[in-house]
Amino acid sequence: MSNLTPLIIEHLLIVLAAVAISAVIGVSLGILSYWVRPLDKIILWVAEIIQTIPTLALLAMLMILFGLGNITIIAGLVLYALMPIIRNTYIGLEAIPAHLKDAARGMGMSKPQQLIKIEIPFSLPLIFSGIKIALVNSLSIAVMGVLIGAGGLGYPIYRGIQTNSLERILSGAIPVVLMAMILDYLMTKMEKWMVRKSPQN
Amino acid sequence: MIEFENVSKSYGESKVLDRLNFRINPGEFVVLIGPSGCGKTTTLRTINRLIEPDGGKVFINGEDISKVNPVQLRRTIGYVIQQIGLFPNMTVEENIAVVPKLLKYPKEKWQPIVRELLELVGMPYKENAHKYPSELSGGQQQRIGVLRALAASPPIVLMDEPFGALDPITREALQEEVKRIQKKLKKTIVFVTHDMDEALRMADTIVFMSGGKILQMASPEELLQNPADPLISEFMGKHKGAPGASLTAGDFMKTRVLKASRKTQTLQSVELMRKRDVNSMIVVNDDDTYAGTVSLDTIKALGKAGKEIGDMMEDQAPIVNLNEDAHDTFEKLYTSPVGYVVVLNDDKTVAGLITKTSMAKAMGEALWGEMLS
Ligand SMILES: Nc1ncnc2c1ncn2[C@@H]1O[C@H](COP(=O)(O)OP(=O)(O)OP(=O)(O)O)[C@@H](O)[C@H]1O
Ligand SMILES: [Mg+2]
Repeated sequence: MSNLTPLIIEHLLIVLAAVAISAVIGVSLGILSYWVRPLDKIILWVAEIIQTIPTLALLAMLMILFGLGNITIIAGLVLYALMPIIRNTYIGLEAIPAHLKDAARGMGMSKPQQLIKIEIPFSLPLIFSGIKIALVNSLSIAVMGVLIGAGGLGYPIYRGIQTNSLERILSGAIPVVLMAMILDYLMTKMEKWMVRKSPQN
Repeated sequence: MIEFENVSKSYGESKVLDRLNFRINPGEFVVLIGPSGCGKTTTLRTINRLIEPDGGKVFINGEDISKVNPVQLRRTIGYVIQQIGLFPNMTVEENIAVVPKLLKYPKEKWQPIVRELLELVGMPYKENAHKYPSELSGGQQQRIGVLRALAASPPIVLMDEPFGALDPITREALQEEVKRIQKKLKKTIVFVTHDMDEALRMADTIVFMSGGKILQMASPEELLQNPADPLISEFMGKHKGAPGASLTAGDFMKTRVLKASRKTQTLQSVELMRKRDVNSMIVVNDDDTYAGTVSLDTIKALGKAGKEIGDMMEDQAPIVNLNEDAHDTFEKLYTSPVGYVVVLNDDKTVAGLITKTSMAKAMGEALWGEMLS
């Protein structure tokens, strides 16, 4: 079991790095969709298309670009994670009551000020929930990294399949499931706290 | 000063503002009123460029506002909306300080402003500054909405049905507060409502709009007396029960009047009038019916001590029946040589007296409800 620890850490780091990058890109694209009206359809559509590409195909394509290794799986995870983050950011911003936007504009806030002072705080619980979904999904998708030479918990699972060893498969799969459950639990709690704290309730 | 010059706005085919021309003077309280969809909100929002007109110009203090950066412009114009629109993620203090902070006031400057403003509406800083809007009542929230608009001392404040969602008592309290604040801080206020009561109560000038046009721009009195359009009378009727229409002389009179028998002696009469601080009184016959009036001046001129006032009566005062229509009574009052009108019951006994003061008071009550003194 002790030889699993570095794999768990590596797995987690790959996922965290990917989701962090995806959050930055996804929130930005969500804001862009919200700001520039004709772009919203295109951005959401592209993000949705990416989701439908089979994991193996996407990773293979990325491998051509980035070669073998962790970078490629991170790139793949970034792309998969975009969809829930963009969508939730966009929905959250769109859901802000018209009178609040009106008040913010009427007080003389510039567009970035409206965003930072009012709109992001208001839609934070939903944006956070998008990031949570992305994170939990990425934990299991990251297992595929083993096929393109990346580290993490994909390796023991892959070896298990090759050697027909259920025990080995489980030694990789159980930590993935546990991490997903723990993160989901913690982040759901945080999300509820945010919703409760967000004073419109 | 705010000036509209041929301001027009269309959405597709529909003309929402149709070549508006008007002027609002500094310190004036102007109320925009009219049927739903007539363009009140649109007019208001062209002043802070939340809406850009597609024809004409708006000037503030002679400056064409289309040449001013809209974000900068809005920081110099207060804005209050019906839905209040307090920022739920900010405390009361942060909400009030929003514009001062946008204008980069240091904390030492904006914090005293917040304190002072909260005092102004009777919400102590200590108890209220650190609450979130959701912890306040509707009336308190809208008070903060008003304070937020005032915080950076804008000379102009725009208010779009600010009290529409409040219960009548809170609404009246806030109307008074806003009127008081406006007078104290000498603001120019442009106020939208569809409530004629509110308009009559608050306005120096009422702008009555319909279909994107101004039907009449006048003082509340002028609007009441000479509505320029049937729609205006109808609008006032709907909200007011047509002031004047069903009122009679009896509604305007004061009943505490000084009466004396024609046998009363001069000195005694003078004493009575002095005590009541009036300079004339009504003289009645033995059966209590109206005989005439007598004034202090006449007694002084003609009277010797010990004479009866019945001998020096005048009959110049116009007489009306209790049920006389208010309008006719009004005219008699204004043409009366003695400045009052005597109101008689059907049996010719005296019911009361209408003076300009009692008339004004009664009209005030008809418009604004019971008055205190
Ligand atoms: N963005 C818009 N697009 C299309 N039509 C609009 C838009 N904004 C307003 N209108 C129309 O313009 C007209 C005037 O609207 P405005 O909001 O100024 O009316 P209002 O006098 O404030 O009415 P209310 O008393 O109901 O608030 C209405 O017929 C409204 O439907
Ligand atoms: Mg309106």
